[in-house]
Amino acid sequence: MLRRFEVHRATSVAEAVGLRRRFGEDAAIYAGGTELLLAMKMGVARWPHLIDVKPIAALRTISRADGMVRIGATATHWDLERDRTIAETVPAFARLEANVANVRVRAVGTLAGNLAFAEPHADPPAMLSALGARVILQGPKGSRSLPIAELITGMYETAIGPDELIVAIDIPIPARDTRVAYVKFQILERPSVGVAVVATIRDGRFVGAPNVVVGAVDEVPRRVPAEALAGASLADTTARAALAEAARSAVDPIADLAGGVDYKRHLVGVFTERALESLARQVA
Amino acid sequence: MGARTIGLTLNGAARRLDVEDQVLLIEMIRSLGLVGTKLSCDIQVCGACTVLLDGRPVSSCTTLAIEADGRSVETIEGLAEGTTLHPLQEAFIDEFAFQCGYCTPGMLISAKALLAARADPDAAEVRHWMEGNICRCTGYQTIVDAVLAAAQKMRSAR
Repeated sequence: MLRRFEVHRATSVAEAVGLRRRFGEDAAIYAGGTELLLAMKMGVARWPHLIDVKPIAALRTISRADGMVRIGATATHWDLERDRTIAETVPAFARLEANVANVRVRAVGTLAGNLAFAEPHADPPAMLSALGARVILQGPKGSRSLPIAELITGMYETAIGPDELIVAIDIPIPARDTRVAYVKFQILERPSVGVAVVATIRDGRFVGAPNVVVGAVDEVPRRVPAEALAGASLADTTARAALAEAARSAVDPIADLAGGVDYKRHLVGVFTERALESLARQVA
Repeated sequence: MGARTIGLTLNGAARRLDVEDQVLLIEMIRSLGLVGTKLSCDIQVCGACTVLLDGRPVSSCTTLAIEADGRSVETIEGLAEGTTLHPLQEAFIDEFAFQCGYCTPGMLISAKALLAARADPDAAEVRHWMEGNICRCTGYQTIVDAVLAAAQKMRSAR
């Protein structure tokens, strides 16, 4: 049972921005509703107006141009796990999407909504951050783009302005010798920890430092300093252990139903090593 | 506040209904006497309220009724044809895949969507697809067995 509200169906981005300006804090952007309606049902949030962006045809597309994959804001997890362009360019992201929540959430939930809600226990932000993805925001004065690390500013907090909405997510297409790994641990619907590694690998060695980002344990995705891995062999267990230690130090875990601080810090180390093992298997 | 008239296909029959914007799909469905769709966790975790919206499984507990406008909705009541059970329903009986039965409508509807997408799934695919449907009595092996048995029966019937 939900308290009364009104849904406004926007048919263009300009109309959605206009509704955002008109209603301000009294309105939320509505697409899949998988997070928004839950929050409203639990009574932790209330909006008298919802701006439905699903009728905006231009936001549904997934396209490729200039070395980027552009994911429209209403593309669902279901769309992304099946999309040919994603499968060809960033297959690791397609696999991540195929394991978000459950099939019903994936059927209607959108990637943009997942990012905009900024629930810390989420899969996409860590990998998108490690891939160097950016989010395109549209407001009354035009558009701007932010990296994931600048978009997500805290638990359920983002840099999205009160008159802005996400219109797309841009993922740079990884180069041929770039490998992407994401490993996670979860008990129910949401990850307790997720570790993403994006690395350039030649002849079994890291070329430069990999991008390592830990998601879900902290208020925001945490980047792990990985300069020490530059030039290291993938088989170097000392280097792996050093990265695991760096990851444990980089995070400030939230204690919750999925575990306490010490336990989560331990998980971060274990899963960072497993992410590197996953990379090693990819190039073997 | 918001209210509108929506047109949908519900278990194959065209319907026009007046709904307020905040009404949930499960509330609308059950108010029509279709009470096979169950409310349980109310947070999209358990799958008891699963219905098909244009063939995709959704949690009707967290879907607005107005989303059904111009689309098809299929509930457990639409699965059998008259008194002839759907192969999935027969398989659930044959394999003892339910006990109290509260999760079963959602299990069947979710499995129907799986078999529409993948006529020949293996056990791992069945488990991955059905992992969002929770049963608290029977255990899952018989459910996986039933879905696989139904898939085989449906393939051989074609």
